[in-house]
Amino acid sequence: MKKLSARRRHPLAAVVVLLLALAATGGLYAAFAPAGKAQADETAQSLAIDEGKKLYSVGCASCHGTGGQGTSDGPSLVGVGAAAVDFQVGTGRMPAQQPGAQVPKKKVIYSQPEIDQLAAYVASLGAGPSVPTDSQYNPSGADIAKGGELFRTNCAQCHNFTGEGGALTNGKFAPSLEDVDPKHIYEAMQTGPQNMPSFPDTTMPQKQKQDIIAYLHAVNSDQSASPGGLKLGGLGPVSEGLFGWIFGLGALIAVAIWVAAHTAKAKKS
Amino acid sequence: MSTTTDARREAPAGERIADWADGRLGIYSLAKANMRKIFPDHWSFMLGEICMYSFIIIILTGVYLTLFFHPSMNEVVYDGSYVPLQGMHMSEAFNSTMHISFDVRGGLLIRQIHHWAALIFLAGMFVHMMRVFFTGAFRKPREVNWLFGFLLFVLGMFTGFTGYSLPDDLLSGTGVRFMEGAILSVPIVGTYLSFFLFGGEFPGGDFVARFYSVHILLLPGIMLGLMVAHLILVFYHKHTQFAGPGRTNKNVVGMPLLPVYMAKAGGFFFLVFGVIAVVAAIASINPIWAIGPYRPDQVSTGAQPDWYMGFSEGLIRVMPGWEINLWGHTLVLGVFIPLVIFPLVLATIAVYPFIESWITGDKREHHIADRPRNAPTRTAFGVAWITWYLVLLIGGGNDLWATHFHLSINVITWFVRIAFFVAPVLAFIATKRICLGLQRRDAEKVLHGRESGIIKRLPHGEFIEIHEPLDAGARYKLTAHEQYKPAEIGPEVDENGVARKVSPLQKLRAKLSKGYYGEGNQIPKPTAEEYQEITSGHGHH
Repeated sequence: MKKLSARRRHPLAAVVVLLLALAATGGLYAAFAPAGKAQADETAQSLAIDEGKKLYSVGCASCHGTGGQGTSDGPSLVGVGAAAVDFQVGTGRMPAQQPGAQVPKKKVIYSQPEIDQLAAYVASLGAGPSVPTDSQYNPSGADIAKGGELFRTNCAQCHNFTGEGGALTNGKFAPSLEDVDPKHIYEAMQTGPQNMPSFPDTTMPQKQKQDIIAYLHAVNSDQSASPGGLKLGGLGPVSEGLFGWIFGLGALIAVAIWVAAHTAKAKKS
Repeated sequence: MSTTTDARREAPAGERIADWADGRLGIYSLAKANMRKIFPDHWSFMLGEICMYSFIIIILTGVYLTLFFHPSMNEVVYDGSYVPLQGMHMSEAFNSTMHISFDVRGGLLIRQIHHWAALIFLAGMFVHMMRVFFTGAFRKPREVNWLFGFLLFVLGMFTGFTGYSLPDDLLSGTGVRFMEGAILSVPIVGTYLSFFLFGGEFPGGDFVARFYSVHILLLPGIMLGLMVAHLILVFYHKHTQFAGPGRTNKNVVGMPLLPVYMAKAGGFFFLVFGVIAVVAAIASINPIWAIGPYRPDQVSTGAQPDWYMGFSEGLIRVMPGWEINLWGHTLVLGVFIPLVIFPLVLATIAVYPFIESWITGDKREHHIADRPRNAPTRTAFGVAWITWYLVLLIGGGNDLWATHFHLSINVITWFVRIAFFVAPVLAFIATKRICLGLQRRDAEKVLHGRESGIIKRLPHGEFIEIHEPLDAGARYKLTAHEQYKPAEIGPEVDENGVARKVSPLQKLRAKLSKGYYGEGNQIPKPTAEEYQEITSGHGHH
């Protein structure tokens, strides 16, 4: 300490302190500042938010309010997250065509980059679930049987045994899950769109979501087999009863009429 | 024995066998009495055959299924060939049904034939019953056979229900839970009954084995006996026939059992089997692999019973959830009232023949089948009942009506609640009007002939349409029915001013009789005099 103390009056001391201070500041900055790439993303992100805001003002603001605060025609979007936007707009549900009990799936209006921009803007309004990545929703290697059990426990009440859909109160409904994109199934579970409850990772971990997606893919997609023949909508006894009456008994009555019409005629003689 | 052996050629083998059997069973007299038995020919008389054959098919396929089905609720882990269920815990009943469906040769086809045949059996019985109803074929002497048929239908419902419950899948388990709830709603004894039936708390480990005995032994045994009794009575009463020239209440015009009907019926059996097999090969039924094993904590939307129990589902779905809480006990009217109405719906149609015979007071035998239009009130009653039944079926499938027609399930439920009371009345009125209109048309056709569509211009310029007279046979058919006179109670006070005692029941009967046969409730059929007058050339345009 004596040495340092002796030299503190040295003419170059101020320069050394200055250099040390600069080095410390620079080092700290280098250590704590976002990486260069992230910085570039930030720019892209803010660009996306800007573009998203423009799209939002045109397509969404009339119902959800100019700042996403919500109006009497549409809920607030603060905190719904990018995943909700990606689901609602990516399945064509939003923008809604007309008010009603429930907004149905329809043709997708926006391109995926536009959807991403909208999602970025809405995500910027408040923290919420982000769009899942492929590794999150990809069902390869998931447990189909476990997924079936989870589905029957958590989803079948509204969506039917194999996700054919079902009715809810006052014209609302649980849609059919046939051939729904795994990403959208994941997002729906994550965000709970419209009348659906949400299943965040705290109640249903990522692995379980993947199991459910794998189950749905196995039983209700264009690749799922129906060993018994025509599925008749997968709706159970009502469609079976209808089929049995029309094509079972109907065919038998037609046959009976045919047999009765081709009979040995009783001749008077 | 003066005949020499070489002069007597040995009888053909068939004759010798018949001789042998006759010596021991007396089949000659039996065959003589019945082989030439005459049956009338009409396609609607084959509906009962459809039922009988599908019942036989159900028994045959059912026997095959029992070879592989394990009626046990022991928990096992699935390791069969259906991947999406591998590793799942399930009852042995479900496991063995999965085994039948995926790993037994022909198992799935047989299972589907069994189940489709059951749906068609019940549907066939329904239509057969309605045929008998609308043609008045339940009248004396066939009232008992009507009841046998009705019992077969009701037993068929419960045999179907117990069979549907056996695989212990999530759908049927929900159905059994439904039934348990209905039993629990019975005041005082409900809980005891439920515990007795399930051997304790639902679902327990017993019900599959119990339902199994009921499904494969008890109910089908009773049904088989009833079916034989039903057929014996058909033989004994002889079959009804539609009116026509040469057909009277005292004869049967048709063809003999042997050879014509034996061949036709035998062939028809194979046609029925073929159609049901084709349906079973084309369309999936009760895909338990997609439904999954039963767990009391799981339930799916769209959980309905098979169609024949659908009206009970409708009753429970549309009933408001009323309940009364008194002294620590709950009376669940929302479930108990449907449970009471359930047998009433069925009984309504079952007792009708007795009500009609009481109103008409007719004690004669009837072997000529009515045309529905000629019994407008009965036909209207039948259509009203079917309407009632269909309204309840709509209620039972209210969720599917909602999703497929984009309606609100609440609106459908309210529709069914109102239609339950209103629709049968509307159907009754409309049907009666239609029947009377058809009667008028028949009368018109008898008197004036068939409209030929040929327009003729008369010399003075008038256009007329030529009516072609019907032949005598057709006129006979249209006028063969008899028309009752409404029952009168007569003057209540005699000429001396002494009042006669008339019971309210008699008054009711007279009133109902007037509703059946009074003025405006049937169109008087044309008389021979009317016909003579018109065809004699006077007054005919």
